[in-house]
Amino acid sequence: MMNMQGFADQIAIGAVTTLQTAAASLVLGIGLGLCGAAAKRASSRATRSVAGAYTTIVRGVPELLIILILYFAGTAALSALFGRYLEVDAFAAGVFALTIVFGAYATEVFRAAIQAVPAGQIEAARALGLSRISIWRLVILPQMWRYALPGLGNLWLTLLKDTALISVVGLDDLMRKASVAAGVTHDPLTFYSAAALVYLLFTSISLVALAALERRSYRGIRTA
Amino acid sequence: MNLSLILDVLPLLADSMVLTAKLTIASIILGAFIALPLSLMRASLTAFLSFPVLAYTFVFRGTPLLIQLFLVYYGASQMDWIRSSAAWFILREPFWCALIAFSLNHAAYTTEILRGGIRAVPFGDVEAAKALGMSYALRTRRVVLPAAIRLALPAYANEVVLMLKASSLASTITLMELTGTARKIVAQTFSPYEVFISAAVIYLGITLVISYAFAHLERHLAKHQQRNAQTGMFWFAEMIATLRPRLRGSVSR
Repeated sequence: MMNMQGFADQIAIGAVTTLQTAAASLVLGIGLGLCGAAAKRASSRATRSVAGAYTTIVRGVPELLIILILYFAGTAALSALFGRYLEVDAFAAGVFALTIVFGAYATEVFRAAIQAVPAGQIEAARALGLSRISIWRLVILPQMWRYALPGLGNLWLTLLKDTALISVVGLDDLMRKASVAAGVTHDPLTFYSAAALVYLLFTSISLVALAALERRSYRGIRTA
Repeated sequence: MNLSLILDVLPLLADSMVLTAKLTIASIILGAFIALPLSLMRASLTAFLSFPVLAYTFVFRGTPLLIQLFLVYYGASQMDWIRSSAAWFILREPFWCALIAFSLNHAAYTTEILRGGIRAVPFGDVEAAKALGMSYALRTRRVVLPAAIRLALPAYANEVVLMLKASSLASTITLMELTGTARKIVAQTFSPYEVFISAAVIYLGITLVISYAFAHLERHLAKHQQRNAQTGMFWFAEMIATLRPRLRGSVSR
């Protein structure tokens, strides 16, 4: 067993923060991704190109740089707004940045998933006089999840690992707790390995849960 | 926005791009060399061969790259036997630590992508190669890998873009590549918008170039499959025309 030199509880607190950041970003990012996918299907050309620019830019720039931009720019904006130096809360900045990143990738996943819903069904719903919102709620969303799930699962695993980047701007997550402990004890090998094991545990649990969710999403569907 | 600052900063950022390019290209090449044999092992039906590779890809894909980087950079210096060995000449340099972490991480993802390609090669092709008496090495070289690489190319293109973006993590271990330089300039000037957005635009430009290059390569490699409808029909009609007399002959006889 690894000698944690009394830092085990700190690591555990960090692990909880990591999970909270990832979960908050997941929920907000799914919302953003749905909006993005809806925007990509919009009839207005301007809306479509805004959504296109969003996904192209965010997916083409390193996550670390996006986090730095939003963190520093957020701090600068807040300071300008209140006229004195204000620092953005690292948790809020982290969740915000990860939501932006997750939302861009989720937009593409949802767009592809919506395309997999047979167009005839959406046409039929329109012919039946369903409102646009009802079509989303009753026809598109319930069927789209099944197609989106594998892609969304991969994004969740990426998100979980990307939370480590927030430690660079000072969020007290698993990664940062590990580096603090490594710095104090001069034993980076132990603490980074411990953090890696915790991440590995989270991703393993996620993989099992995702497989179960995917099986569940196919109940009632005939498969070969 | 301070335009003159952007103009001042751009040459500095362009200089630091050289290091980003070096790190990315070297990691991709090293990663490919590691991934090629590993993906063949991973696709093997013998658990003895595939399981160790599965363990490797599981660990490297299941943990953040930042941790892997810190483990190599900070962790390796902790072990006395490494510090006293010849490997220390490599492991004390942040560049080499980044290169090792990046290429191992990139190789893990590439292994799984290439293995997906290998598994997707039609079994009939492999069977045909076996029937022709091709050895394992020959059919892997001539039949399996060319088809697998073509099938894996779209996913691999994504992975190359991810590698470019991942190279920004090198800034956390004191390397002055594009992100590192941008961070240093921001610390000196405190103009986060101008500097970070300039860096972001440069990354975006390289990403788009990579994506276009791979899209072009994909089209080029799929040339033999692009049979446009017209020539396809023509070929079919021609075949019918040449076959018809023979078919008729066989019926009358």
